[in-house]
Amino acid sequence: MSLTLPVAPGRRLRLDVRTALVCLVLALLSLAIGLVSLCWGSGWDPPGDVLAALRGEGPIQISVTQWRMPRIVAALVFGVALGLAGAIFQNLTRNPLGAPDIIGLDAGAYTGVLLVFTLTAASEATIMLAALAGGLSAALVVYLLSSGTGFSGLRLVVIGIGVQAILTAVNSWIILRAELDVAIAASVWQAGSLNGLDWVDIDTPVTVIAVLTVALVLLARPLHQAALGDDLAITSGVRLERLRVLLVLLGVGLSATVTAVAGPIVFIALAAPQIGRRLAGAAGVPLLPAALAGALLLTGSDLLSQWILAPTVMPVGVVTTGVGGLYLLWLLTKEIRR
Amino acid sequence: MSATTHRIPARALAVGSVLLGAAVLVSLTVGKGGVGSADALRALLDPEPGNAAHLTVRSVRLPRALLAVLVGAALALSGALVQTLTRNALAEPGLLGVTAGASFAVVLGTRFLGVSGQAPTLLIAFVGAAVAAVAVQAVGRADPLRLVLAGVALTAVLAGLSIGIRLTDPETFDKYRFWSVGSLAGREQLPLLLPCLVLTLALAAALLLGRPLGALMLGDDVAQGLGVPVARVRGLTLVVATVLAATATAVAGPIMFVGLIVPHLVRRFAQASITWLMVLCLVVGPLLMVVADTLARVLLQTGEVPVAVLTAVLGGAMLIWVVRRHGAMEL
Repeated sequence: MSLTLPVAPGRRLRLDVRTALVCLVLALLSLAIGLVSLCWGSGWDPPGDVLAALRGEGPIQISVTQWRMPRIVAALVFGVALGLAGAIFQNLTRNPLGAPDIIGLDAGAYTGVLLVFTLTAASEATIMLAALAGGLSAALVVYLLSSGTGFSGLRLVVIGIGVQAILTAVNSWIILRAELDVAIAASVWQAGSLNGLDWVDIDTPVTVIAVLTVALVLLARPLHQAALGDDLAITSGVRLERLRVLLVLLGVGLSATVTAVAGPIVFIALAAPQIGRRLAGAAGVPLLPAALAGALLLTGSDLLSQWILAPTVMPVGVVTTGVGGLYLLWLLTKEIRR
Repeated sequence: MSATTHRIPARALAVGSVLLGAAVLVSLTVGKGGVGSADALRALLDPEPGNAAHLTVRSVRLPRALLAVLVGAALALSGALVQTLTRNALAEPGLLGVTAGASFAVVLGTRFLGVSGQAPTLLIAFVGAAVAAVAVQAVGRADPLRLVLAGVALTAVLAGLSIGIRLTDPETFDKYRFWSVGSLAGREQLPLLLPCLVLTLALAAALLLGRPLGALMLGDDVAQGLGVPVARVRGLTLVVATVLAATATAVAGPIMFVGLIVPHLVRRFAQASITWLMVLCLVVGPLLMVVADTLARVLLQTGEVPVAVLTAVLGGAMLIWVVRRHGAMEL
């Protein structure tokens, strides 16, 4: 079912009602979980106190606005970024397994970070740059290896799986050879966590993600046209090669930015686009449901990770795999019954 | 079948066997402990009872090489069966949740049932692998892509759960760590008669399935017309593939990629015959495993590289090469 809304004279916006509803519900749920997370610290604070803290009053003002808030903003924004990155690559490869954490980009970012840890002094800026450089190099290698006679999504995914395996092996080799303190620091980073994120830590990545998202919105139309098939895209005037390169850059930028700050938070980029797509009942992999499903998955997982083993905080990556995987399985079984 | 269809696979088999023999010999003569190549050969042919070097070769290197051969054969054959059954070149016991199921079961068993010792660990790993395989098949059904997706999803869930359990219980973490490295180091000292027996039986059963599976590849209707009990063959194949992968995983820990890459490598030589595909897997799987295990022992000055790291590097590189050269093979 779709509605056609007149936006401006001569311009109409086609709106799929189910997609719009799904997006609305996903967004509201993410925000609701964000609010609950605001109340949850070392214990439960009543929402009244939290609201007062948000107005700048009350005893828990610092912990709400300086500690919990940045974490929740990070979960929302990073979730969106991961969902978008997954949707980009799944559209590009026309394959549900074409997610950055499957085709080696996360492993590449981790290799970059490991090299920084072992070779030079690790600072925030160098780690971020190294993650970006590693992710981009991995993407470049996968893309170059899989190009050749024509472009095939399946080939890219299989080659990505191969590159991922090699990089993972290289990573464990580096950790095996490293000094103990380096190995420990690297493993902490690898677990993937939003623990201890501050406004200072997240302002640059959030800006970067915002810029990349705007750029992606401009490319959304040709992206969906390209997903329908090469021939169709070319006839409708899409320049495929240039589009692919731009999209790969955007996708790597989005996932590597998150990886650089929070470590590899796996599985959201894989699961969120598929969840969003199935909820919206769409034929391709639409961007907005993927982004919002990513935000919901990450905020929900982050809350769970603080709560399951309280007072110990689990790495959020552990929870995302559990939650996202279970939900994806459930969706798959439901699809069979239909 | 005419003689020409057998010539290429037979040649591949001969070359593979020679290479495998050479690799096993090298793996017996190379290693630490100051045993030279000449000494190692003498230990095999004319052992002296009191000689420590000869003891090393006969009681450490020889069983370890045999173990590598068996595990490699089991993983490769299991991969060939699953790929044939699902008609999906990406299917691999690891990708279909078998490895994760075995790992998760080992974690559960050590944490809640107090399982330790080899036979119980083997049993519980097998049960976990079987349950995971059935679950993935039930969710994925016939659609190859959905099968892989279901396998990846289940793998992720189980991995997350077992990390959770391991984080709460240091003792389980410690025991699991040893099992999970994916290595043959030290495994040759365990009593391996039972798993070897199971693996040999399953390998034989798999070869018997070659002909009916070949018929199945022509389509279910054709197979039925040829008098093949389609449902039973499918079920048996799944059971055998699970037994192979689960036992290998229980013995050697999770070793990815052998099951994915070896069938890919030998498919071109098998000339579309499932039986030849499996026979070639029986040679090339062990070859990859023995080479990886030998490298694992000599690459580091002290200690060993887990063999799973090496199979990943070798397998990943080969996978890329095969896909680039011949395209992602559709079945």
